Amino acid sequence: MNATSTLRIPFFLLLACASLTGCGPGGSHSGEILVGEFASLTGKEATFGVSSHEGTQLAIDELNSAGGALGRKFKLLTEDTRSTAGESSTVVNKLIARDGAIAILGEVASSRSLEAAAVCQQAKIPMISPSSTNPQVTETGDYIFRVCFIDPFQGTVMANFARNTLKAKRVAVFTDVKSDYSKGLAKYFKEGFLKSGGGEIVAELDFNGGDKDFKAQLTSIKAAKPEAIFVPCYYTDAALICIQARQLGLNAPLFGGDGWESDQLVKIGAEAVEGNYFSTHYSPDAGSDKGKRFVEAYKKAFNGKVPDAMAALGYDSAMLLADAIRRCGSTDSQKLRDTLAATKDLDAVTGRTTIDSHRDATKSAVILQVKGGSFKYIETINP
Amino acid sequence: MTHLGAKRFLIAAIAAAAAVSAFSSSFNSYFLSVAIDVGVNIILAVSLNLINGHTGQFSLGHAGFMAVGGYTAAVCTLRLSPLIPPELQPALFLFALLAGGLLAAAAGLIVGVPSLRLRGDYLAVVTLGFGEIIRVLLQNSEFVGAASGLKGIAKLTTLGWTFGLAAITVYVIASLVNSTYGRGFIAVNDDEVAASAMGINPTRYKVVAFVIGAFFAGVAGGLYAHHKQFLSPTGFDFMKSIDIVVMVILGGMGRTAGVIIAAVLLTVLPEYLRSSFADVRMIVYALLIIGLMMARPQGLFTLGPRKAKSA
Amino acid sequence: MSQFLQQLINGLALGSIYALIALGYTMVYGVLRFINFAHSDVLMLGAFAAYFLNPSIERTFGPQSIPGALLVVLLSALICAALGILIEILAYRPLRNRPKLTVLITAIGVSLFIEYTCQHRSVFRAETRPFPNLFPSRDFQWLGLAVNSNDLVVLAATAVLLTALWFIVQRTKTGTAMRAVAFNPQAAALMGININRVISFTFGLGSALAAIAGILYALKARGIEPLMGVTPGLRAFTAAVLGGIGNLPGAALGGFVLGALETFAGGIPAISNYRDGIAFALLILILLFRPAGLLGKPQTEKV
Repeated sequence: MNATSTLRIPFFLLLACASLTGCGPGGSHSGEILVGEFASLTGKEATFGVSSHEGTQLAIDELNSAGGALGRKFKLLTEDTRSTAGESSTVVNKLIARDGAIAILGEVASSRSLEAAAVCQQAKIPMISPSSTNPQVTETGDYIFRVCFIDPFQGTVMANFARNTLKAKRVAVFTDVKSDYSKGLAKYFKEGFLKSGGGEIVAELDFNGGDKDFKAQLTSIKAAKPEAIFVPCYYTDAALICIQARQLGLNAPLFGGDGWESDQLVKIGAEAVEGNYFSTHYSPDAGSDKGKRFVEAYKKAFNGKVPDAMAALGYDSAMLLADAIRRCGSTDSQKLRDTLAATKDLDAVTGRTTIDSHRDATKSAVILQVKGGSFKYIETINP
Repeated sequence: MTHLGAKRFLIAAIAAAAAVSAFSSSFNSYFLSVAIDVGVNIILAVSLNLINGHTGQFSLGHAGFMAVGGYTAAVCTLRLSPLIPPELQPALFLFALLAGGLLAAAAGLIVGVPSLRLRGDYLAVVTLGFGEIIRVLLQNSEFVGAASGLKGIAKLTTLGWTFGLAAITVYVIASLVNSTYGRGFIAVNDDEVAASAMGINPTRYKVVAFVIGAFFAGVAGGLYAHHKQFLSPTGFDFMKSIDIVVMVILGGMGRTAGVIIAAVLLTVLPEYLRSSFADVRMIVYALLIIGLMMARPQGLFTLGPRKAKSA
Repeated sequence: MSQFLQQLINGLALGSIYALIALGYTMVYGVLRFINFAHSDVLMLGAFAAYFLNPSIERTFGPQSIPGALLVVLLSALICAALGILIEILAYRPLRNRPKLTVLITAIGVSLFIEYTCQHRSVFRAETRPFPNLFPSRDFQWLGLAVNSNDLVVLAATAVLLTALWFIVQRTKTGTAMRAVAFNPQAAALMGININRVISFTFGLGSALAAIAGILYALKARGIEPLMGVTPGLRAFTAAVLGGIGNLPGAALGGFVLGALETFAGGIPAISNYRDGIAFALLILILLFRPAGLLGKPQTEKV
């Protein structure tokens, strides 16, 4: 045995790969409208990915029981990204090139949406991200859309809220360095809060999403004596941060963004989250019947589970796509893109949605407070 | 073995890679992307094999080297590409890959030095810690996009580049280990004390293994960056290193052919399982790893060059 | 000053969790000389066992009763001990005489198998579930310092379990057999020691420890999900190596040192974003000066 035979192996592999690559897309065009979805159904961020997927699935089921679109039914093809980098580009390639999906929906994490966006843009297949808030996602190209707020809007909303409603002058910011969502919100919050003058950021600390011990940072925050603490992150971390803040005797109100919205926040955080605030897309008490109907349908479909913001946005991403398909009367990707870009005042679960020239959704935000174990409507802020 | 024969195969493999690459535009982009993943993983596994397999230094930080190379190469093409005429772009890509490899090699040197004092699990923890430090540094570096990741990297990686470089990696590492000089790696693995008694300097061999292994991991990182067109720090965490370690051990430590087969198998298998097993595919994948390890505890293929030390 | 003391308390509280998990790693390593990657998954299974057992036990003992909580912990530990023994028999025993790295890959395979099976929608599902408070907890405030009773429970559990393990390993007949197997399995077998039984016992004990640590960790984290063991498992493994792998007091010490490093790095505003990196950098430095860990004995190879 020698190096010659060792070297032969890559050579044969190459031939094997070449023979594999010969096959074309196997997508069925037999009447169903194939919609591809990539979601983190397993892995570290599966809690959010599963919610988003369930929202999307519910929308597709509802659309189909109402007859689909263009006289055809929808078929949702879902691939799991395992919350891992490198997977989304592979699975989106598969959904487009092998399955023949006409549009792609996904993901929660901006980093995975960015990876997939490059693939969709090159293939000229429209992609709608339900909840990736990083501005860069839609900057990838003219085929990339989203139905959620972007970080600059929500960050500014919370800055105004801290100053005008909470009347806070000294604010601490506690950021998840692993998450660009958290870093984005923190950045625009700080800009907005400092711009008007008179306010001061007294402490800036960081954690890693998924940490279970925040007391080191919270002790430093407490020493800075803030009047309010901005904690942009997802609800699993937020609930635990609220608990540990109270354990350390840190009694200033905490507030966050739409990542907080979930009944898990209250289930995990219990009395520690009482009185805290967050911004989100809609409120069942303030809002439209559409929101209430969605909550009921979701609970019925998923054993009484209460939908979080990710579920509502996942639902809306599918609804935005279906609306565009109906309006343009075709699944041609160029026409579909143009119609999506022209979406105006779509009555979605997360509010009236208009797609702007950057292909981002513009819609109003609401601020909710945790009161007696449920979410109480405080105010609506328009863009 | 004749040295000439090995060279001929190297040339043939590169020529074939270039030829197939020329037609790659007509391939299905999904299969193409999996094929490139295969090539990148071959480079990663074969280069880790030099450190873990041949030299016996248990490293859990290979993803860290890959990250250094990937980010360096991506920054090179992003920054320099506008300054360079289009006909020189392939040369720029080669330069970027080399730069990535060299910086990763420098990182390998830094990690190689502690390996002088540490053994086994202690070294594993140090390499693991090194990988985490790289991730944390990238996560906090705004000029490479920090947590948002680095986007807009040009799609320059082709089948030709990937398999050409994979062939070079295999050639360089196989020739190195089979050379008179390279026997020292195996000697260090087999018995460090005896090796040093024979006048082999284990320290130098360990550091050389880390530097060369890291260089190729850096090149693989550069290919990966220009294939996925996007990099994020979380993509280079501890689990990525574990994936590569599994390829090396499953292939048979120190057996190049087996490691290559394992790299192919472990890349293609999850994709193959995707269509037939859907949501239980990772469960099946885990069972297959256990099953393969039980069925062939000495590694998948025992035909590669590995003479000393019975397992 | 009070901030420094508070950070010290925080560090101790975090470190005691790492120490508790590290004990299990180090004990299995001490006997079998391999890293049981599935330890962090057994930890997760322990937390889930408690989650599912708790409602029926609360029905008998009333909510948040201490005897009820102890029973939940005991039953979960027994379930995990059985699982640990089963894993050893099915996945590790067939490879006993193979190189340790072969077993390491099987352990990674077992770990992936448990994680993905538990994430499947017909098993536990991937989402986070709120974990119930098994016993009442309260916060103590004293001179501006705050400590939570759960942290004291973890600290006490670490101390008790460390002592108990030390006693088992050093003072009982089974412990002597464990040390004999660790020293030389062939010679131990010749002395009439049933190696399979000793190894099963070691795995059972290690898995029971993992279950207890898992439950206490879940009480701190308040939520459980199938991947909950991965991060603390990695940290605890690091702690075990830092202390000198295979050394029980070393694992506890390593846990406390790691907890303190993370807490002090995390509490400084300008560098809290580098926390994990700083903790690892200091750890590497320590290992450079103590290559066999804090309490490990440096082994010189004999020719």
